Amino acid sequence: MSTQSTQSRAESYEALLPEITPENQPYWDGLAESELRLQNCDACGEYRFPDSEVCPRCLSGSFTWRAVSGRGRLWSWIRMHQRYLSAFDDVRPYLVAYIKLDEGPPIISTLVEAPDDLAFDLPVRAVFEPGFSERTILKFAVERPEDSE
Amino acid sequence: MQHEPTDIAIVGVGQSDFRSLYAASDRPRDAFALAAGALREAIEDCGIDKDEIDGLLTCRIPYDRLATVAGLPHPRFVHDLEGTGRMSGIALQEAVALISSGMADVVACVYGNNGRSAKVKYGGDGGGPTAAYDEMYGMTSPGAYVALMYQRYRGMYGAGEDALAPLAINNRRHAALNPVAVLQKEFTREEYLNSRYIAEPLRLLDYCLINDGAVAFIVTSMERARSLRKPPVRVAATAGMGHVTNYYTAEDFFYSASQDVASRLYEQSGITPEEVDCLQIYDNFTPTILFTLEGFNHAPRGEAWQWVDEEKIRHDGPRPLNTAGGHTSESYMQGWAHHVESVRQLRGEAGARQVPGCSTVQYMCASPIVTSHILTNDGAVAR
Repeated sequence: MSTQSTQSRAESYEALLPEITPENQPYWDGLAESELRLQNCDACGEYRFPDSEVCPRCLSGSFTWRAVSGRGRLWSWIRMHQRYLSAFDDVRPYLVAYIKLDEGPPIISTLVEAPDDLAFDLPVRAVFEPGFSERTILKFAVERPEDSE
Repeated sequence: MQHEPTDIAIVGVGQSDFRSLYAASDRPRDAFALAAGALREAIEDCGIDKDEIDGLLTCRIPYDRLATVAGLPHPRFVHDLEGTGRMSGIALQEAVALISSGMADVVACVYGNNGRSAKVKYGGDGGGPTAAYDEMYGMTSPGAYVALMYQRYRGMYGAGEDALAPLAINNRRHAALNPVAVLQKEFTREEYLNSRYIAEPLRLLDYCLINDGAVAFIVTSMERARSLRKPPVRVAATAGMGHVTNYYTAEDFFYSASQDVASRLYEQSGITPEEVDCLQIYDNFTPTILFTLEGFNHAPRGEAWQWVDEEKIRHDGPRPLNTAGGHTSESYMQGWAHHVESVRQLRGEAGARQVPGCSTVQYMCASPIVTSHILTNDGAVAR
């Protein structure tokens, strides 16, 4: 692959990334420090994703960003074959996962080094990696028995 | 004038010739002209005077432009519905509510779509609050969120590689009997299995198509309906419930919302699932049909993939399903054409695909707003 196409892929990937705003900055700061941080409602304790001004459970506007365990379960996954986004041209088909975080919220992500024999509800843990650009993004890895204490 | 909600009827239907519109167009077709054409057909179908229309509900197209194009300058009630599939059922529900409350007497529900000629893309843009977070993983398009549900479903219940084939084949076989259906070339189970993946485990043949077209239906009271041209189709019951989350993916495959809708619907109508003669199921992607059959008690939970035998669901079989060809073969009118087919089946106008002795049809849509109606031809309502 030429340098030029690597660069254009990074550019087209960069364009897909969510804009960093004052509201979601703590999420991105957390990933850069290898932590998954979510908004946690000060009134009822509910975690939420993505960032939102109010708690969807109790409507409180008071919250604190907290690091969560990064653990969850693989609710489901697909392999995307269709060319929808040119940034993914070199990796199709690619895996997309729907993860249920232990703290509650579901989140779309991908798996690194996905084993061939995936099964739903496999335990997964967060890993922090660049995508096709500089920014650290959240991915997950299937837990192996030796990973847990 | 006010009316009982069960004394409301669909009296006229109209739709485009989807097949001829599928021919390539070098510029976007006018969605308003398509919509006005469907409305003209619906008006001719029932023989009502256009000036009697006093409620206008539009979907995917703004009401003011359609009111201008179609010459309806003085509606007593208007509402634009967003261009999503869940809105087709809601349009009929709103018409029923308006007529039963007396807010309007004759409601035209009109849908217009030029998505194919305008080259609308369903993946890669737009979406909800998580869309930007999802796209950085290459996740996009409603079909992919349905594929997530189906991957889990088949893992939970053991559905095989070809479990969706009967649904895709059934739609195509019915489309071959429908002169206006876009895709009419039938295929075998092997051909289904050889079709390419889009969002694996879903294949191209599991996907709705994208085509230009419009649909209209006219709703009024049974009282007014009796003096119109065609036999009225009564809305015996209708109900809805949301399952709205950040994702199109519902972790219970819309089961709990569907069950809630089903219990109210069957109670209101006094009709049981077994008594329904024809099933019209919103099928943006084939797995949605399985989720719907289970949510509405037509098939045991986890077993719909075994229930959908190809001989059982054909138009002349015991449980006819999507007799016009559905979204994968007839047209992608976001549930609207399923309403037209319901009416035609109940009037005995469905030609080669007519369900014999059809007197009760159920429309169902399992989506972030689950809706369902039971429609009957007059006299068939259990009293």
